[in-house]
Amino acid sequence: MKPNFFRRHFCLMAIGLLLLPSLVLSDENVNPDILTAAMSRLNNASMLDRSAAIEQLAAVQEPKAIVILQALLDGHLFNLKAENKLVIATEIEAGYTLSDAKNGQYLGTVTQDTVQKITLNNALRVALRKKIGRLELNASEAKVRINAVQAIAKDIDPESLVLLRTQLGMEKDGSVQDEIKLVLGLEQINSNDKSQRLAALDLLKDHASPAVVNRLNALQEKDATGQFVETDADVRNSAKTALININSKLRVYAAIETLFFGLSLGAVLVLAAIGLAITFGVMGVINMAHGELMMLGAYTTYVMQQLLPDYLGWALILSIPAAFMISALVGIAIERGIIRFLYGRPLETLLATFGVSLVLQQAVRSIFSPLNRSVASPEWMSGAWKINDFLSLTWNRFYILVFCLLVFALLLQILKRTRLGLEVRAVAQNRNMAKAMGIPTARVDALTFGLGSGIAGVAGVALSQITNVGPNLGQAYIVDSFMVVVFGGVGNLWGTLLAGFSLGIANKLLEPVAGAVLAKILVLVFIILFIQKRPRGLFPQKGRAVEG
Amino acid sequence: MSGLALKPGELDVSHGPILYMEDINLSFDGFKALNNLSLYIDAGELRCVIGPNGAGKTTMMDVITGKTRPDSGSVFFGQTIDLLKMDEAAVAQAGICRKFQKPTVFDALSVFENLELALAVNKAVWTTLFFKLNGQQRDRIDQVLETIGLTDQRLRAAGVLSHGQKQWLEIGMLLMQEPKVMLVDEPVAGMTHQEIERTAELLLSLRGERSIVVVEHDMEFVRSIASRVTVLHEGSVLTEGTMNEIQNDPRVIQVYLGG
Amino acid sequence: MNLFQQDKLAGWLMVTITLISVLIPLCNLLTPVDSALHFSAYTVSLLGKYLTFALLGLSLDLVWGYCGILALGQGAFFALGGYAIGLYLMRQIGNRGVYGNPLLPDFMVFLNWSELPWYWFGFNQFWFAVLMVVVVPGLLALVFGWLAFRSRVTGVYLSIITQALTYALLLAFFRNEMGFGGNNGLTDFKEILGFNIQSEGVRSFFLMVTGLILLLAFYVSRWVVQSKLGRVITAVRDQEMRVRFLGYRVEHFKLWIFVFSAMLAGMAGALYVPQVGIINPSEFSPLNSLEIVIWVAIGGRCTLYGAIIGAVLVNYAKSLLTGWAPEIWLFFLGTAFILVTVFLPNGVLGLFRSQEQKS
Repeated sequence: MKPNFFRRHFCLMAIGLLLLPSLVLSDENVNPDILTAAMSRLNNASMLDRSAAIEQLAAVQEPKAIVILQALLDGHLFNLKAENKLVIATEIEAGYTLSDAKNGQYLGTVTQDTVQKITLNNALRVALRKKIGRLELNASEAKVRINAVQAIAKDIDPESLVLLRTQLGMEKDGSVQDEIKLVLGLEQINSNDKSQRLAALDLLKDHASPAVVNRLNALQEKDATGQFVETDADVRNSAKTALININSKLRVYAAIETLFFGLSLGAVLVLAAIGLAITFGVMGVINMAHGELMMLGAYTTYVMQQLLPDYLGWALILSIPAAFMISALVGIAIERGIIRFLYGRPLETLLATFGVSLVLQQAVRSIFSPLNRSVASPEWMSGAWKINDFLSLTWNRFYILVFCLLVFALLLQILKRTRLGLEVRAVAQNRNMAKAMGIPTARVDALTFGLGSGIAGVAGVALSQITNVGPNLGQAYIVDSFMVVVFGGVGNLWGTLLAGFSLGIANKLLEPVAGAVLAKILVLVFIILFIQKRPRGLFPQKGRAVEG
Repeated sequence: MSGLALKPGELDVSHGPILYMEDINLSFDGFKALNNLSLYIDAGELRCVIGPNGAGKTTMMDVITGKTRPDSGSVFFGQTIDLLKMDEAAVAQAGICRKFQKPTVFDALSVFENLELALAVNKAVWTTLFFKLNGQQRDRIDQVLETIGLTDQRLRAAGVLSHGQKQWLEIGMLLMQEPKVMLVDEPVAGMTHQEIERTAELLLSLRGERSIVVVEHDMEFVRSIASRVTVLHEGSVLTEGTMNEIQNDPRVIQVYLGG
Repeated sequence: MNLFQQDKLAGWLMVTITLISVLIPLCNLLTPVDSALHFSAYTVSLLGKYLTFALLGLSLDLVWGYCGILALGQGAFFALGGYAIGLYLMRQIGNRGVYGNPLLPDFMVFLNWSELPWYWFGFNQFWFAVLMVVVVPGLLALVFGWLAFRSRVTGVYLSIITQALTYALLLAFFRNEMGFGGNNGLTDFKEILGFNIQSEGVRSFFLMVTGLILLLAFYVSRWVVQSKLGRVITAVRDQEMRVRFLGYRVEHFKLWIFVFSAMLAGMAGALYVPQVGIINPSEFSPLNSLEIVIWVAIGGRCTLYGAIIGAVLVNYAKSLLTGWAPEIWLFFLGTAFILVTVFLPNGVLGLFRSQEQKS
């Protein structure tokens, strides 16, 4: 209820502000008698009188009238008891601030009991909404006009139909036209003329909105005796075709949405896994602390926001290089301090890095707290991109998808075009040969590990935007990201990308059927079975070198 | 078919060759490791296979022993046993055994235990669990220990043996399996002169009762043991003949020395 | 330390276990509650718990130490064994639950279930539950191992999919729909074979049974690893290809030892649950399985008794540390992983061994 109230309120203020200059200027042009008369009538206790007053006010066709009517609708119109005068009041803690309903003059603050609300009944409220809608059809903003059309459509009568038709003739804006056509079409179905009704259905079949779906469904209904409520078979069939058309559209939207959810989940998996793909795939090193390096990235974002509380967006953007550096440095420390003693002993590496992950987890728990920390999203990442009534995509997931692709592209370029990339690939293919050619393998190992770890940190920044930041953040992703790397084929970045996205989509496809947890289990079981069938993943490296 | 009443899966060498490899192709990522390779090994023969690096010698052994499956072609053991339908264990149990290029013994086990594991007995799980050596088998192990000259080392861990001793231990493990065909990959690499001579003697003494295929780079050694030599080049047979014929073949000189 | 000395050490260890598991229950039986020789119920259960962990560590040493399979899902078999006995104990509650339903456990009544799921049937029989304690983990190990070993998944891949296995089971057992009590698991047990499960006598009895089963498991395992089969799996650990070329079906051997070890782990779980009084899905958590690995790593792989010593040592340290300063425990565990793998590949016992070789 609360946000709705604010929106209304905001709307009122906006209209008020827009109209304020004209209000003052046009004061002389208005027939003051009608306005005053209507207003005093509104002040009357009788609903009948109020109804008549609303009619009168609406007939004034005057911006000031809209403000009064909107205030009335929103419950902001009061009677100042002492002067028997209409005022617009805004609630504050101690009472109300008042402004004169007639000329917008500021009247100061009063306590609650000095004013009395002008109340409405439901019928009046509906009528009022319609009246305001009609008045707002003339507004200069297309968005306000669309809202007006929707307000009128709530309770349609012949008069407003005429109004809408006239408006359609004058309307230049395509989206407003569409909206009016939709309303007219919905109305036209009820006409007595069969050709009109069929024409209306033809029009509606391209409008996928909940109202249309409901109306079309209603045309298919049967009554208690099994007879169709709608007697005209042609209309019924045509409605059926329209419904099929719309439903197929809805299915497309639903599919797009699932795809999007899948891709965004996949993006998270890919972000989590490509760092691993480097350390595990290229270097053959199992790093069980990879998840904790992501956790460090997420905590970097948290700290950054604490440092820059007023610039959330900048804090987030600055977190990316900061998280990269921190995780990369920790990664290099792990490599130099532990892993380099364990090359050629993968199982021991797994255990030692697992030890590191425990230490990092507990360190974060001791420094910050065992509780989750919430990281705020900047404005441009919150909310959703509303494409239509049935399809809206949340910005944070959208940005993560884009971000994932960017990181992936950047990583490919680093491996392809830089000296480090060349050395990394050389060491990966034949360590001894690379050493013989003068490549400092120890340095390359450290830098490769740093790169992979840094990407984990960056992934952590992205994760902080969609999930809680806590000591267990890494744990939740480690098994998944290993699965992605193994599924894609070790040592193959493109395989990792494809595997991440396909696992993400598979998860989201299964979720509505099986539920989130079961979907996850099914995906895990699938991968376990898949590895049995193709132990080297989707895109295995071939050749004698990898045998045995 | 030979007309003899053979049980399916029984070794039939009535036509002479014990190993038939025909039109074998195998490629790794576009690299043709084996290219229409056809090769026959006679029963009881000692054959040397030579060729430059990458000629496909080790890959050929991988195909015979079931480690790698070819893209096309056939490999038969005798006339009836299709080796391409069998895994490594089945091939080994059928009587084809193999020594690796790099000596591969069980470092943590003693020399005696290494040989014991190789002993030709039923190798199913439960039989193995309840297995007890009998006197005859013990004698057989002692005999092989004698043959490979490791009697004094019998209780030492295999991991502490010298390189040459490991090579012999592995050959000894092959002998324990009582194979019909022995595939021996570079048996004298890293051996001293005397050791090489003894190895040559050992292999020559086995000729006749078993077929032996030796892959080797050491030409001196090859000359000392082989009657027939096959030269592999780029995954197929370049030529076949006695050592003298081979050494005078201009194509062999081309690929070996000129290439 | 030669074989004879190792045998001596193992012998002493077994004597100690026998003494603990026989003398302590005897003391409790023969002395009054206020006597100095009377052990508290807490101590008895704690010792019993340590011995079940020792059995669990032993089971992992068989697959990891001897066969080289770093199984990161050993906890899953332990938990399954625990759930099997847990189902029996739940059925023994009868109508003494909060809701007093004679057939359904409380959590099912709470979920508005009208009848027992089919897989609960039979668990009112003790013998059936005991059978399931080894059959269920064994069967899971058989199916999983058959799939994995047949397609030659080895090394870290195998480790990761065993971890995925226990993770998947963790998620599954958290679901209420599974019918195993979801998040809360199975608890509030009343009695076993008609005896009050909380009573001192039953606790002492469990300590004794656990000790004897541990002894039995140790000697059977030792017989196994000293058999030819034991030598084959050691050979598989070091040179898997060579073993294949000797004509052994490596996957059968791996499967045998994997299933045997899973059954031992299941037994450990079944002994654990009545002594701690609860089993819940957290037993499936990957961290638990990794803790088992550290027991074996610290004690020393490939000795069997090293796993027992490691399990008891680490868990004793855990009890001490978590009681004293809980946040230190993970630091300790993590550091232990790092130090043992980098500096002590043969565990603490290995340290003694190399000391002896030097002198």
